[in-house]
Amino acid sequence: MTLRPDQTVVTRFVPNGSRVLDLGCGHGSLMRHLMDRRGCTGTGVEIDPDAVVDAIGKGVPLIELDIDRELDQFGDKSYDVVILSRVLQATYKPRDVLTEMARIGSRCIVSVPNFGYWRHRWVLMRGRMPMSRELPHAWYDTPNIHLSTLADLEDLFDVVGLDVWERRLSNPDGRQRHYPARWANVMAANAIYVLTPRS
Amino acid sequence: MTSRPQSAEDSVGIVEQCTVRLFEGERPLVLASGAVLAEVDVAYETYGTLNDTRDNAIFICHALTGDAHAAGLHRDDDHRPGWWDTMIGPGKPIDTDRFFVIADNLLGGCQGTTGPASTDPATGRPYGLDFPLLQIADFVTVHRALLAHLGVEQLLSVVGGSMGGMQALQWALSFPEQVGSAVIIAASSRLNAQNIAFSAVARESIMRDPGFAGGRYLEVGTSPDTGLSIARMMAHITYQSEAGMNQKFGRRFQFGEDARRGFGVDFAVESYLDHQGRVFLSRFDALSYLYLTRVMDYFDPFADDDAAAALAEVGSPCLVLSFDSDWRFDTSHSRAIVRELERQRVPVSFREIRSPWGHDSFLLTIDDYHRTVAAFLRRVAEERPAKETRR
Repeated sequence: MTLRPDQTVVTRFVPNGSRVLDLGCGHGSLMRHLMDRRGCTGTGVEIDPDAVVDAIGKGVPLIELDIDRELDQFGDKSYDVVILSRVLQATYKPRDVLTEMARIGSRCIVSVPNFGYWRHRWVLMRGRMPMSRELPHAWYDTPNIHLSTLADLEDLFDVVGLDVWERRLSNPDGRQRHYPARWANVMAANAIYVLTPRS
Repeated sequence: MTSRPQSAEDSVGIVEQCTVRLFEGERPLVLASGAVLAEVDVAYETYGTLNDTRDNAIFICHALTGDAHAAGLHRDDDHRPGWWDTMIGPGKPIDTDRFFVIADNLLGGCQGTTGPASTDPATGRPYGLDFPLLQIADFVTVHRALLAHLGVEQLLSVVGGSMGGMQALQWALSFPEQVGSAVIIAASSRLNAQNIAFSAVARESIMRDPGFAGGRYLEVGTSPDTGLSIARMMAHITYQSEAGMNQKFGRRFQFGEDARRGFGVDFAVESYLDHQGRVFLSRFDALSYLYLTRVMDYFDPFADDDAAAALAEVGSPCLVLSFDSDWRFDTSHSRAIVRELERQRVPVSFREIRSPWGHDSFLLTIDDYHRTVAAFLRRVAEERPAKETRR
């Protein structure tokens, strides 16, 4: 089972044996990996029926629900780690989703494509909506309805009470890169945030 | 979307029902309430083959008015297969090519297992209302006794819909080490006032029928047929959805194109309910109906705050399913079960399946539903050897 590059990075921030909630877990590969390699327990959340059946078939406990409306299913501080990997931009209410994550998890991991990436800015300057490996859909046919730049996103983290504990940036291939802090919002194609709820 | 595939290839074929006396003499059945039943017979059927390691058994728990005949046919000319024939058989989600499937008739029932209409050995008369009140835990006690009789110690899974789901849940909570996994479909861990109200009206219609004779109708030679059939007609309405009934019957007239305009059967749906009510009389006992509905009313396994602690410890996975058009036990009931199990750290999966057919969907062939159960059971079976070596 191969993980996406961003998922591989995510696993580094999941302590062995922790209880993990993977929101938008897709076919359950990341969760299965964490269960097998890291002795983790936990639950995946997904809404696509084919992915749901696949994950259940992998032995991943899977709760089918709508992340936008139904995260109240989970109790306060009931998970060590809550992961939202490449999902935030497809939610209707990113602010509510992040608030719920902060309530449920002791640690939150959020991975996102950066709309402030220089190529996107360039395409926009030429008067077109950007399309890229991270954002491969035409503007009229995309699940990604809430795109943000890293600067915007970090403002929102602050508003919902999530402190940035670690930020990992990567290029379009998903390879990690160390961009200077002030250039991150221009240079990074993707970012992974490790966040801790402000107590 | 729904169909009943009945080709010979995917049926378990001709099956035989067995009856065994599981409790008698020195070993009576002591119920959760402390009451004692001196003798208990249980009707059951099995499908598929128990493997050498005796670890491929799946137990099927039936709903309120079900029976031990879960799959296959009793005779060649049987026109109705077992009640879960869509689910159980070669290549079906509960695959009899791989699994050894056990189904019995519930304690308190009337289709081969001891119930209130059975003869009380102490008096030589039918128990009637002297039959003790039952709890879901008592069903599990009897299921387990049947397993012991069959020489099966461990289950791969316990599976049930509606009241069968309650038994599966209870079993997993009480004896998690015996239950490798549980599939809980269209069930509830706690009936709400509306659920109880429906059952209350059903019971009232039975008990107020003059033929009920204070529960002594079997001795008196009467029968609360009117009450029982009305109870069934009403229950039938709650098992279906508005959309499903509209699709099946609409406002069609039963006889020709015109309304007769009377108080008899005029619309097609009335004819259907009338038929269901009548058919029910030939196969179900009014006292069983009272006792079994009452069991559900009192079921509340999560009243104890750490009810799932033992199950969480063992880590047997549970699959909880609901149907979006089910209003008898709507999705909120299943979600409540999931919330409790998940809170107590039981590995639990949940889906709300789309279906227009209401509560009865759990008996039908719905692709998304069947493939989910199949995927879950396949995985549970695959993980079994790994679990053994870890121990």
